[in-house]
Amino acid sequence: MSNVGIVIVSHSPLVAEGTADMVRQMVGDEVPLAWCGGNGHGGLGTNVEAIMGAIDKAWSEAGVAILVDLGGAETNSEMAVEMIGEPRSHKIIVCNAPIVEGAVMAATEASGGASLREVVATAHELSPS
Amino acid sequence: MLQLSNDRSFDTAGKMETGNAGDMAAFNLAGLITAAADAIAAHAEELTALDQAIGDGDHGLNMKRGFEAVRAEAEAFSAKPLPDALKAIGTKLVMTVGGASGPLFGTLFLALGKEISAAPDRANLTTVFGKAFEAVAARGKSQVGQKTMLDVLQPVHDALLQGKTAPEIADIADAAAEATVPMKALRGRASFLGDRSIGHMDAGARSTALLVRTIVETLEGQP
Repeated sequence: MSNVGIVIVSHSPLVAEGTADMVRQMVGDEVPLAWCGGNGHGGLGTNVEAIMGAIDKAWSEAGVAILVDLGGAETNSEMAVEMIGEPRSHKIIVCNAPIVEGAVMAATEASGGASLREVVATAHELSPS
Repeated sequence: MLQLSNDRSFDTAGKMETGNAGDMAAFNLAGLITAAADAIAAHAEELTALDQAIGDGDHGLNMKRGFEAVRAEAEAFSAKPLPDALKAIGTKLVMTVGGASGPLFGTLFLALGKEISAAPDRANLTTVFGKAFEAVAARGKSQVGQKTMLDVLQPVHDALLQGKTAPEIADIADAAAEATVPMKALRGRASFLGDRSIGHMDAGARSTALLVRTIVETLEGQP
């Protein structure tokens, strides 16, 4: 698929899955989408390996935008991007946006064939500063 | 943090003598890993309690999980050249800790492994430690004074630069962790509490000091 992919990373698998449901309701299967949540041991948290897997699953040559909830999700996502390495890492951006609204807005933008830069900008518009 | 003493010029300076005659073969990375994992395990509840006060309360458990995973591969890791061993430790922590501490402590070890020499002297260690500090600061988008592990790493780097002895470095690390108590958290979950974060020690600063003490004391104790 040529549309930008969306990855949702929450500390809670329930939040991540629920956010993905809301994205699907909006864009159906027009956007590559994957989510992950939890520390991999049944608890709340985020997991670099799971994030790397989600990026693979939602991979698009147009790039992937990652939506995160709290700090650890952002730090772990940035670590995952670094571990994926070049050249793919240049096409993956961790968005500074609220996770639910950001994911829905970014996916909607992506479903129209927008570039990674446009998709990320749409998500960032939701964040003050 | 490794091989603090066996550099000739360093011994000449009379700092941090351990009685180690410079025999790299005596250096026991597996022993160091075991000591670090033991220390984290022994203090897991304390770290969790600190994190419960102003964070999400998973720091002790997360660090313990990570260091137990490193312990499980201690032999394989210590068979590698030191730079590769440190990178392997960092990667393992990144993959297993499961909180923000994973990438932060993982980055610390990855960065140490990146430029450390196979048999580091004090000068190499000090330079590499400074770069590792910068890497952790970049990963956490943080700086000194924000009530984080950086508030311990920076004084430890200064102590290395100033030629402090191993016991002095351990005490400096502990004091630096204590010094996070009156700070207001500006990064991480604790920052959500604003002024209410004041009066509690930062859990990451505490675990960093614990690791620093364990590592320098283990190096001092090794034959």
